[in-house]
Amino acid sequence: MAFLEVEDLKVHFPIKGGIFGRTVGHVKAVDGVTFSLEKGKTYGLVGESGSGKTTTGRAIIGLNNITAGKIKFQDKEITNLHKSKSEFRKDVQMIFQDPYSSLNPKKRVRDIVAEPLRNFESLSKSEEKKRVQELLELVGLSPESILKYPHEFSGGQRQRIGIARAIALKPKLIIADEPVSALDVSVQAQVLNFMQDIQKELDLTYMFIGHDLGVIRHMCDQIGIMYKGRFVEEGTTDEIFTNPQHIYTKRLVAAIPDIDPKKRDELVKFREEVRMEYEQSYNDYFDKDGLAYQLQPVSDTHLVALPEKG
Amino acid sequence: MIPQIILLSVLIFIMAKMMPGDALSGLIDPNIDPATIEAKREQMGLNDPWYQQYGRWVDDLLHGDLGQSFRYKMPVTELISQRLMNTLWLSLATLIFTYIIAIPLGIISGRYNDSLADQAITGYTYLGFATPLFIFALVMLWLFGFHFGWFPTGGSVAPGMEPGSFAYVLSKINHLLLPAISMSLIATVGTVQYLRNEIIDTKQKDFIHTARAKGAPETRVYNKHIFRNSLLPIAAFFGYEITMLIGGTVFVETIFSFPGMGQLFLESITMRDYSVVTSLVLLFGIASILGALLSDIILSLVDPRIRIK
Amino acid sequence: MTEELLKVQHLKTSFRIKDDYYAAVDDVTLTLNKNEVLAIVGESGCGKSALAFSIMGLHTKAKIEGNILYKDQDLANMSLAKLNKLRGKDLGMIFQDPLTALNPLMEVGEQIGEVLMLHNKNMSKTKRVEKVIELLNKVGIPRAAHTFSQFPHELSGGMRQRVVIAMAIANDPEVLVADEPTTALDATIQSQILDLIKELKDGSQAGIILITHDLGVVAEMADRVAVMYAGQIVEIADVHTLFDHPLHPYTRSLLNSIPNAEREGEKLHVIQGIVPALQKLPRKGCRFSARIPWIDASEHEENPELHEVAPGHFVRCTCYKNFHFPDESKEAAHHGIS
Repeated sequence: MAFLEVEDLKVHFPIKGGIFGRTVGHVKAVDGVTFSLEKGKTYGLVGESGSGKTTTGRAIIGLNNITAGKIKFQDKEITNLHKSKSEFRKDVQMIFQDPYSSLNPKKRVRDIVAEPLRNFESLSKSEEKKRVQELLELVGLSPESILKYPHEFSGGQRQRIGIARAIALKPKLIIADEPVSALDVSVQAQVLNFMQDIQKELDLTYMFIGHDLGVIRHMCDQIGIMYKGRFVEEGTTDEIFTNPQHIYTKRLVAAIPDIDPKKRDELVKFREEVRMEYEQSYNDYFDKDGLAYQLQPVSDTHLVALPEKG
Repeated sequence: MIPQIILLSVLIFIMAKMMPGDALSGLIDPNIDPATIEAKREQMGLNDPWYQQYGRWVDDLLHGDLGQSFRYKMPVTELISQRLMNTLWLSLATLIFTYIIAIPLGIISGRYNDSLADQAITGYTYLGFATPLFIFALVMLWLFGFHFGWFPTGGSVAPGMEPGSFAYVLSKINHLLLPAISMSLIATVGTVQYLRNEIIDTKQKDFIHTARAKGAPETRVYNKHIFRNSLLPIAAFFGYEITMLIGGTVFVETIFSFPGMGQLFLESITMRDYSVVTSLVLLFGIASILGALLSDIILSLVDPRIRIK
Repeated sequence: MTEELLKVQHLKTSFRIKDDYYAAVDDVTLTLNKNEVLAIVGESGCGKSALAFSIMGLHTKAKIEGNILYKDQDLANMSLAKLNKLRGKDLGMIFQDPLTALNPLMEVGEQIGEVLMLHNKNMSKTKRVEKVIELLNKVGIPRAAHTFSQFPHELSGGMRQRVVIAMAIANDPEVLVADEPTTALDATIQSQILDLIKELKDGSQAGIILITHDLGVVAEMADRVAVMYAGQIVEIADVHTLFDHPLHPYTRSLLNSIPNAEREGEKLHVIQGIVPALQKLPRKGCRFSARIPWIDASEHEENPELHEVAPGHFVRCTCYKNFHFPDESKEAAHHGIS
């Protein structure tokens, strides 16, 4: 039984055009993706800009309208429940990319962190204050900071405030949309360590959306690679990094800079090989519209988008 | 755009209907028997449901019939067409002055921001925002019209001129100048500030660093990269400018006794000449909508990022 | 034989905040050689971009002290007219975000043509167009003639950065300053752009100052590396030495904080505290000391200097000698915050 199941999810955005603003076409931001998350694990959703990874995350939590497909959370279908104050909205929370713009600058930390509590739980003033202070302590901020404003914190601390808000309702699943992309490496380390710590403490499941494969490899158990709204490959972290099957995954893996300068020439050669393979075998991996095929299993856990045989 | 105009016409029609009295009230001798009036009403269709009346009104509109002005006892179309050209000329002159003032002031203010010149210009813009146009226009009229006597104090042309003659044109221009300058001195401050802020904004853009890194001298950086990119949003401001002009002409034409549509508008309101008022409101509304459309068209012509497909 | 191209000496770039000046680049001395990639690495706020902008003379409001010597001329003390003869010709610059670095209202061909025109007054218009198309081909833009009359928004991020590079190399500069040239790009595009920069350097023998926060990019590109912290260079060495035997506590901490496949399952190292704001930078003593509080004060120098520990390998302050990471259990107790 999967914790969260996403089945053939599609999110299409209309393109308006002409003087009358009619819909002249659709952008297929997410074009039929299927995957599932295991409880207590971290699922990495990887892709470059425009791949639809963020849209997928936002659609699950209800920030984007779903065109087609099904989402099941703990075996309950929640595809169209987003607007209501359902359990699901308590159980699934999101951490955003930019800690500078995702916190309302005019609100105090107390109000930011307490916002989900106020929506879902009716606590007295003093209970609420106590909960907020506990949460801040949990994310490693001093309880006195409840009266401060976001601008008084550093980037890493702000991201922790965002996390405190996300875990306020004791969620089961957190969708983290590029949570460290805007941060410096040393701050990034802080946030990543912390996310791992609270995962154990609170038995959280993560969906980690990102483009930095180094970070994804460090954080995730399972990875799905997206390209133009579709999955090109899915597998365990080990399978993706040591045995990539799809040419696009190979390119992504080859593009990661190695922090060992001695491997420079090796890497250049490797990339050149992958590039040649990419050019030669492009038509084997993409259909006539340049999109990925349906996923085919190559092992129990490893799926690759390949044309159907025969 | 078309839906906007339709909505506007409905609103105007309903508002006109809501005003006390109707087309008959002003025309009829109060001593006539109410039953006769009622019969007349019925005959003119004034008791029909509003949408039927609206349909007839629109039908007339489309045939160029805006109704009768009871005060001037002539068709509104004719009345407005007499005034239309005067207002158009006044607006055009005002627009020209507005840009003549705004562009250099905005550029100086933006390029040398926080300098003494900038502070003086910004000071002027704040004064301009704070000064009501009708008071400023009165002061201008008194000072340059009556006190110094440099400009005529009313009308759109000196009496007894031969239309089409050179002297007639000169006189027309002479009558335009003072109201146009008065209005533009106030109307321009928004544009000055807008341009100033655009320039200050553009100055800090990354592509300005690129231009400097290419070795472009400062004059080129400003002329080729900063001003061009800052003037563009001014084009988008054009529609707003037209709306402002309409509001401005109402006051300025009245104060300078300039026979244009603005003056006609105020007069008709005080005289309860409803058919004229509704026609003018409709025209002003259409002009504003067209102004906005014009802005979009200009913007799409000068900005490659916006192209109407 | 190395040939010195650019010598930055005791450069201090200060910005005015309220009524005081604060140095974002504080006494930086370094040399760029011909046909070399010198990487300047550090986190945001360390002064690396301010250094790049100072070299190009792009700070319009900063106070610049010290010297930037290029061919016996001092870029830091030069009239704008003279500097403009060098910028775009001898000195080229590649910017971080190719979308904002290009004028949105100018065709890309015209923008590249501008830098040719500014430095070759006698070049005819047809010759210029030819040269621009040649440049577009050189930076790997397919259908160069078509791209010539396109606007920046019509190109993809990678193509835009190629245009910015074409502009920077149009007049075969001897010094190329690249300020985070791939930060705004996707991973696969990043490796293509880095390859292009390397290829161009090999062809022209130019010296490149590569500003980056990404140690992976450093490992791939650099010949020598300068690590900056709080406006100062804390360590400078050739790339192999820096990655194999990093000495300064900051360099070592940075390297330990990146996820590394070879140390799978280990906790990432977290540097305690935060990079102080410009106004709050410590101006005395070792600037990194506050972030390694378990190191005894006596280990630091009173006025930390760069020490040459091996030929070409410089480290600031003596605190590197007995530096060690705090033990794991203690570190876990405070998620690295003060």
